[in-house]
Amino acid sequence: MEFRNSVIIVLFLMLASPFGLMANDHEESHADKANHEEVEALEMSEADVKAAKRKEYIQHHLQDDHDFTIWGAKGIGFPLPVILWDDGLHLFSSSKFHHGETVAESKGNFYALNHGKIYRTDAEGTITYDEHHHATNVKPLDFSITKNVFTIMMVGLLIFLVFARFAKSYKNNLVPSKGGKFLEPLVLFVRDEIAIPNIGEKHYKKYMSYLLTVFFFIWFLNLAGMVPLGIGVTNNIAVTFGLALITFIITQFTSKKAYWGHIFWMPGVPTPMKIILAPIELLGVIIKPFALMIRLYANMTAGHIVLMSLIGLLYVFTNWFAKGAFLGLTLFLSIIELLVAFLQAYIFTMLTALYFGGAVAEHDDH
Amino acid sequence: MEKLLNDFSVGLFAWQVLLFVVLMLLLRKFAWKPILNAVNEREDSIKEALDSAEDAKREMAKLKSSNEDLLNEARADRDAMLKEAKEIKDKIVGDAKATANEEAEKIVVAARESIQHEKMAAITDLKNQVALLSIEIAEKILKDELSSADKQKAIIDNVVKDINLN
Repeated sequence: MEFRNSVIIVLFLMLASPFGLMANDHEESHADKANHEEVEALEMSEADVKAAKRKEYIQHHLQDDHDFTIWGAKGIGFPLPVILWDDGLHLFSSSKFHHGETVAESKGNFYALNHGKIYRTDAEGTITYDEHHHATNVKPLDFSITKNVFTIMMVGLLIFLVFARFAKSYKNNLVPSKGGKFLEPLVLFVRDEIAIPNIGEKHYKKYMSYLLTVFFFIWFLNLAGMVPLGIGVTNNIAVTFGLALITFIITQFTSKKAYWGHIFWMPGVPTPMKIILAPIELLGVIIKPFALMIRLYANMTAGHIVLMSLIGLLYVFTNWFAKGAFLGLTLFLSIIELLVAFLQAYIFTMLTALYFGGAVAEHDDH
Repeated sequence: MEKLLNDFSVGLFAWQVLLFVVLMLLLRKFAWKPILNAVNEREDSIKEALDSAEDAKREMAKLKSSNEDLLNEARADRDAMLKEAKEIKDKIVGDAKATANEEAEKIVVAARESIQHEKMAAITDLKNQVALLSIEIAEKILKDELSSADKQKAIIDNVVKDINLN
């Protein structure tokens, strides 16, 4: 019993933080693979096997996928189109992979799935590894409609339908319709609490489209990640990087002279300080959107891992009292996550507006 | 970090940026612009309505105060008229009284005169009556006195005696 408890505690600590996961991976990759596996097979008790399975499941849940699966790795779902660029366009259904079990053939090339990535391989599906246990096969450019891309499309469509309908309802009547009564305060919230205070009355209008879109995009995607379909999109670094990059580009391209003045030649400080501040400020230009990217990614990832771990713990415990307690905790954290879903959308939009405000500020006060 | 970079999917990134930009452009045209315009329009109309309500209120207050003025004026007019009427009444009454007094005085004087007149007439009448009576009495006495020769002779003697004395 004591042994089991310690296993649970270790498991919990590992799963509770994304860095725990990464650290674990790192250690594994350094170990001698063959030896490791042998030892594993000998020492792994039944509980360990289960724990390892759960961990894999959680990791899998957080990853993008070439199939749209709702239940586990091979559960209910449907295949999605795979689009590869490998000396020409390759287009085929992800059902050809049979959830990574078989090799897919397209225009004479063979492709195999390995840890969610597509590699070019031979007819037998050989994957070679380097000493860090990374596949060395050629990775074709993968523009597949993956689970995340599909979700973005669906959520995007949903946002578009909801708001286009909402906008139409204003044609007959300036008072919002039923659904609009809920949506309008949110739109006004973005305008009055995010855009105007941070950017200013004068310039805020041109940024409204981006701020509103990014706010609802992140919020809806966060919420989509909350439904038990396992379609977390905002916990993917590529997605948050895309959003942060757009913020970065808009900031630079709409910036006024004063913005660059503040970066390269900070007014109001002595000349030596100006020289010291310039590289710091320049670095800040990059760090700001980088922080946006990491913040959203880390928050959503952490939230998902904690929730998944708690659900995992439901299965670890055989004691019904503990099961009930963890069920309650899971429910509680789910509600917190709903709040976080909104909060992160708000923070992202708020900080984006703040950077825009910095870009267009005129600094009359200096 | 290594894991993050390894997991970074260029395809997902490209799709995400593309889809996001398309979504933003679509929403801008079909949602944000109409929504924000409608909201602005409504806010403007509300502001206008509030302003006009404020104006109406001010107008009302103005009207009310002018009404008050009018009322006060009317009241003052009424008071003045009443005062004037009272004065006129007093004057008329005073005049009437004076005239009546005069009239009465005249009547009294006339009455007094006529009374005097009547009295004088009565006195004159009385005097005449007395004179007539006196003559009658004198006649009777004379007749009686002169009825006999002795008496006539006594009278003549008396008269002659009187004359002798003279």
